[in-house]
Amino acid sequence: MNRWLPRTYLTLVYLLLYIPIAVLVVFSFNDSRTGYEWGGLSLRWYEALFNNRAMVRAMWNSLWLALSAATVSTLIGALTALALHRYRFRGKNVLNGMLFVVMMSPEIVLAISLLAVFLLVGLQLGYVSLLLAHVTFCLPFVVITVMARLSGFDERLPEAARDLGANDFTMTRTVLIPVIMPALLAGWLLGFTLSLDDVVVSTFVSGPSYEILPLRIYSMVRVGLKPEVNALGTLLLAFSLVMLILSQWILLRSKR
Amino acid sequence: MRNLMQQPFRTAVLVLVWGWLLFLVLTPNLLVVGASLMTRDPATFISLPLTLDAYRQLLNPLYLDVFLNSLYMAAMTTLICLLVGYPFAWALSKVGKRHQVLLIFLLVVPFWTNSLVRTYALKLILATNGLLNNGLMALGWIDEPVQLLYTEFAVIIGLVYLLLPFMILPLYSVFEDLREDLLRASHDLGAGRLATFVHVIVPLTLPGVLAGVMLVLLPAMGLFFVPDILGGSRNLLVGNVIKNQFLDARNWPFGAAASIMLTLAMALLMFAHKLSKRRIGEDGV
Repeated sequence: MNRWLPRTYLTLVYLLLYIPIAVLVVFSFNDSRTGYEWGGLSLRWYEALFNNRAMVRAMWNSLWLALSAATVSTLIGALTALALHRYRFRGKNVLNGMLFVVMMSPEIVLAISLLAVFLLVGLQLGYVSLLLAHVTFCLPFVVITVMARLSGFDERLPEAARDLGANDFTMTRTVLIPVIMPALLAGWLLGFTLSLDDVVVSTFVSGPSYEILPLRIYSMVRVGLKPEVNALGTLLLAFSLVMLILSQWILLRSKR
Repeated sequence: MRNLMQQPFRTAVLVLVWGWLLFLVLTPNLLVVGASLMTRDPATFISLPLTLDAYRQLLNPLYLDVFLNSLYMAAMTTLICLLVGYPFAWALSKVGKRHQVLLIFLLVVPFWTNSLVRTYALKLILATNGLLNNGLMALGWIDEPVQLLYTEFAVIIGLVYLLLPFMILPLYSVFEDLREDLLRASHDLGAGRLATFVHVIVPLTLPGVLAGVMLVLLPAMGLFFVPDILGGSRNLLVGNVIKNQFLDARNWPFGAAASIMLTLAMALLMFAHKLSKRRIGEDGV
């Protein structure tokens, strides 16, 4: 087959995928207010962004939520992966099934089911409800990442630790944790990004007491064009890119 | 009991994990099923008696229209993703290994970036005096701006833009596993290119196609923010209906019933996916 046809096609699709992002980045430095023509280079939208106190508060809220959700989900996800890998217990398939359901169900289905349970137990919608929800949808991703790492792992190491007198807890701390460390970091970064970007679930389970960034963006972009969003989008993009490169680098380095 | 005392760590881990999943996965899903069978109540959201009203309401022509329209939009999105993604994944699997890593990285980057922001970026391009219209006018292809934004077309473009990587990745993985010797065997047995494609390549890549369809079709019905941003805030998707019923109209039984329909659709697709995989397994390929 012609060598150039597939390559041209790949290039074309990549261009289509990246043109909107490039436009966004370029326009974030645009001085013009209308957002359609070029009005010269300017940082005014970045300035406007950081002078907007509600926006800065939403940014901090989002960062804090993402940090805590990633940390809690990595902790619970790692323990879940270890349990699935090491222990034999009744209902293992049910546990696996529930994780699978979380990962496969449309986000909106997860969102309303969580809203229902929060209202049932009378939980005030805010930071706590957001945290519980975000940890729940991050969990399967952490479990998968850690399980993948554990599956290529020498089973004789934990046995050796046990023979040397270590109990389960000590063995986990000194043998298993170091082995799964790269997966933990990668899972944490993935959870952080998922949490920072989530719109659908957050729309349902957040309250007025704790405004987060994606919801603020959502209310801004529903009508018309807001040049501040270009600046904010560019910052988020740069941030995600750094996180992604970091996680790939960690995974690649650990493979050697 | 002896077991519990001997392995406190094991017990603690299992209790934590089970507790979390039972409270935040199983209970919530059961609640939604329960809510769909209850009566709407303005004060407490839901109340007894049990009824199938919510499901009956799904058949109301007004909502049936929304569902059919949502299905149409999702199907169009899936079809476009498949038509674009299938040759893309094929071409990608033919690229040298060294470039492949980079190309896949470039494909996943969008997945890691804010989907709202990317949807908004499309708005810059599709707006009446946006880049696309200006560009086409500069080229002289059109004389006056075409209404692109706030149409169903814009919504489908937005959905394709967000969901395309989810179609490509499973397809790429089946093309990676496609064995060259099978294609050569087909050729040696006298099959032409078309025959090889229809009788060998398509059946072997079917699980990837179904996995991709699964990952695109259902989210395409639920992503309510895409019509909100690009479609002019109409009830275009099932996701918008569910959101409005839960957050604005406060009709929980109906919203729950709609969400159960989505879940059933998901189960159906997963079943089809499993069947297609088993068939290939049994053929001994």
